[in-house]
Amino acid sequence: MIGSPTSAARRPGDAAAPYPAPGGATPLPPRPLLEVSGLAVHFPIRQGLFFSRQTGTIRAVDGVSFTIDRGETLGLVGESGCGKSTTVRALVRLLRPTAGSIRFDGVELTRLEGDALRELRRRFQMIFQDPYSSLDPRLTVEAIVAEPLEAHGVGTARERAARVAELLDAVGLPPAVAERYPHEFSGGQRQRIGVARALALQPELVAADEPVSALDVSIQAQIVNLLKQLQQRFHLTYLFVAHDLAVVRHMSDRVAVMYLGRIVELARAEELYRAPLHPYTVALLSAAPVPDPLIEARRRRIILSGEVPSPAAPPPGCRFHTRCWLRERLGRPEACETVDPAVRSVLDGHLVACHFAEQVGASAEQRRATGGGNEDAGWTDGGIGQTKGEAENPRSRGGRD
Amino acid sequence: MTTPPMAQLAGPAGAEAAFRTGRRRRAVTTAGRVLANPLSAIGLVLALVLILIALAAPLLVPYDPLTIDAANRLLPPSPTHPFGTDEAGRDIFSRVLYGTRPSLLAATVILGLASVVGTVIGLVAGFRGGRVDELLMRLTDMFLAFPALVLAMGAAAALGPSFFNAMIAIAIVWWPWYARLVRGQVLHLKHELFVDAARVAGASERRIVLRHILPNCWTPIIVQMSLDVGYAILTMASLSFIGLGAQPPAPEWGAMVAVGRDYILDQPWYVAFPGMAIFVAVMAFNLLGDGLQEALSPRWRR
Repeated sequence: MIGSPTSAARRPGDAAAPYPAPGGATPLPPRPLLEVSGLAVHFPIRQGLFFSRQTGTIRAVDGVSFTIDRGETLGLVGESGCGKSTTVRALVRLLRPTAGSIRFDGVELTRLEGDALRELRRRFQMIFQDPYSSLDPRLTVEAIVAEPLEAHGVGTARERAARVAELLDAVGLPPAVAERYPHEFSGGQRQRIGVARALALQPELVAADEPVSALDVSIQAQIVNLLKQLQQRFHLTYLFVAHDLAVVRHMSDRVAVMYLGRIVELARAEELYRAPLHPYTVALLSAAPVPDPLIEARRRRIILSGEVPSPAAPPPGCRFHTRCWLRERLGRPEACETVDPAVRSVLDGHLVACHFAEQVGASAEQRRATGGGNEDAGWTDGGIGQTKGEAENPRSRGGRD
Repeated sequence: MTTPPMAQLAGPAGAEAAFRTGRRRRAVTTAGRVLANPLSAIGLVLALVLILIALAAPLLVPYDPLTIDAANRLLPPSPTHPFGTDEAGRDIFSRVLYGTRPSLLAATVILGLASVVGTVIGLVAGFRGGRVDELLMRLTDMFLAFPALVLAMGAAAALGPSFFNAMIAIAIVWWPWYARLVRGQVLHLKHELFVDAARVAGASERRIVLRHILPNCWTPIIVQMSLDVGYAILTMASLSFIGLGAQPPAPEWGAMVAVGRDYILDQPWYVAFPGMAIFVAVMAFNLLGDGLQEALSPRWRR
C-alpha cells in the first residue's frame, strides 16, 4: 500500500488522459485516483417477529469495477434501483461493502475504520440528491458549510468564517446568506449550499449522487454548469450519478451504464452515445428524446418488455436477458440464460458485458436509437436544458411510436 | 491552516451577532404563534402569573401561612380573609398563594430529572440500536407496565413520606415517557440525509449526536414538558393528598385538600380554594403546552 499522501500529491495539475490504455505504454500511466474492483453491497432480508432470520439477500451492487483518473468525470447512469446510489454510498463509506476493493489514491478504503477513515474523508466528499433533507434544519448556512472544517479542526473560528464566505462566493451565493436557515432557500440555492459544504475541505474526489434530479428543470442546467466550472477551478475529480442521459453526457468524460447491480457498459462518453454496444444502453438511449427535430423524428424507441427483475433474485446468465430485444432477435441463444457475460474490452477500451455486443454494432436499432446518422448530432452539449424534462424518466413516458 | 488571511471580512463577531438574531427571530415568531391562539394565550398568561406568584409570594400574602390564630378558626371568606381560614385559624388565601411554590418546584424538579434521564437513555438506545436498545427499552417497558400513580405511591412509600421523596418517586415513574419519545425521534433522525452528510464531512459519532440529533429533539421534548407540568402538579398533589408527599401544616394544595376534606360539608371553601388552585395550574400548563405544540409542529421538518 502506498504511504501516506503528501500535500504535494494532493493537488496535481495533471488532467491526465481520461482513459489510459491498459498496460503497454512506455511512460507509466498515472495511477487512477480511484480504483474500484469487484465491489458488492448486499443487504440481508430478515423475517420473523422475535427471532429474525435471514431469508434472502438483496444484491444491490454485485461486482462493480471501474477506475477514475484525476481530473476526470465518470458518469454513472441507470434506472432507479439499479444500484447507482448504493455504489456511491459504499464509495464514501456510508455503507460497508460486502465484498470487493475500493482504493483511493492507493489506500484501501473498505477496511478503514474510525479516525483513519475520518482523516481520509477530507479528500473525498459527496453531494446529495435531496437538497432538502441533506441540510440540518437547525443550523445556519454558515454552520452547515463550516461543519467539515469544524469536524476536522481546520483553522480558528475566524478563519473558518472567512473560508465559508469564500465558498459561498464560489458557488454563487451572496455572503449574507451565511446567517440564514436552510428553509429560507429554494431547491437550487440549497443545492449550492450542499456543493459549498462538499468543497469546504478542498477534496480531490467529489461523488455527486443525482445532484440535480430533485431540482426544477430550469435550475438543473445552472447547477450542472456550476459543477463543471468548479471542477476546472479546483481540479476536482467527479463521480457523477444521474438517470438523465443528457445531463450525464454533458458532464462526463466517460460513462458507465448500470443494470441490476452491475456495470453493463463503460466507454468514453462520445463513444457510448454514438455507438452503444450493449442492448440495454441502446434501449436507454432510444427512450430519450434528442434536441434536433429532424433526428428526433427518425428516432425509434425500443420498448423493453416487463419489469426490472428483483435484485433479491437476479436472473441467471445475463441479468438483462429477460428483457433483451437482441436476444429475441437472435432467436434466444442459450448462452444468454446460462452464461454470465464477462466484461470485455471491445475496440479500444470500450467495455461491455454482452455475449453479442458485435451484433449490436451492426444493428439498425443502434443507428435509430442514436438518431440515425453515425455522427454525434443528436447528443450535443447544446441539448442541455431543453431535453431534460422529458428525459428525466424514460420509463414513465407513454410509447411514442 | 489552508485559509488565506482575509478573515477580517466576515469576522466571528459578525457571524455571532447574526447567529443570535436568527435565534431571537425564531423565538419571537414562536411566541407570536402561541399568542395568536386565544386559549393558549390564556394558558401562557396564567402560567406566567403562577410563576410570578410563586416568586413573589412573601410580598403578596396578607398573613403568614403557618401562623395559628385559634380565635379565628374556620371563618368563611370575608374581606379580611378572602378565602376564609382553616381549622387552626391560618389564612387560606395566603396558604393557597404559598402553595404555588411547592407545586412549581416539584414540577420543575420532576420534569428536569425525568427529561434528562429519559433523553440520555433515549439517545443511547436509539443511536446505538441493537442489544443496547433492546435492553434499555425493555427496562422502560417494565416501568411503563405499572399505572404511574400506583408505582409512584409504591416508590414514595418505600422512600418514606416526604415532599422530597415524593418528587424523586414521581421522577422515577416519569422518565420512561421521555426515553421513548426521544428514542423515536432519534430513530427517525439518524436516517436523515443530514446525518449522512455530517458523517461524510468527517463528524464523529459524538458530534453527530450532540450537534445534529439532540438539537432536533428539542422541540418535541419541550412540548412534552410543557404538557406534563400540569400532570406533574396533579400527581404531586395526589401523593400529598394521600399523605405520601408534603405533610399537613405545610402550605401545599394536595395536603390542604386532604385536611379540608373533613370540613367539606360545613366549610366547603376550605377544600374549594386549594382545589381550584390545582385546577387552574393544571389547565394553564395544558393550554400552554397545546399552544406550543401547535406553534412548533408545523415548522418542524420544513
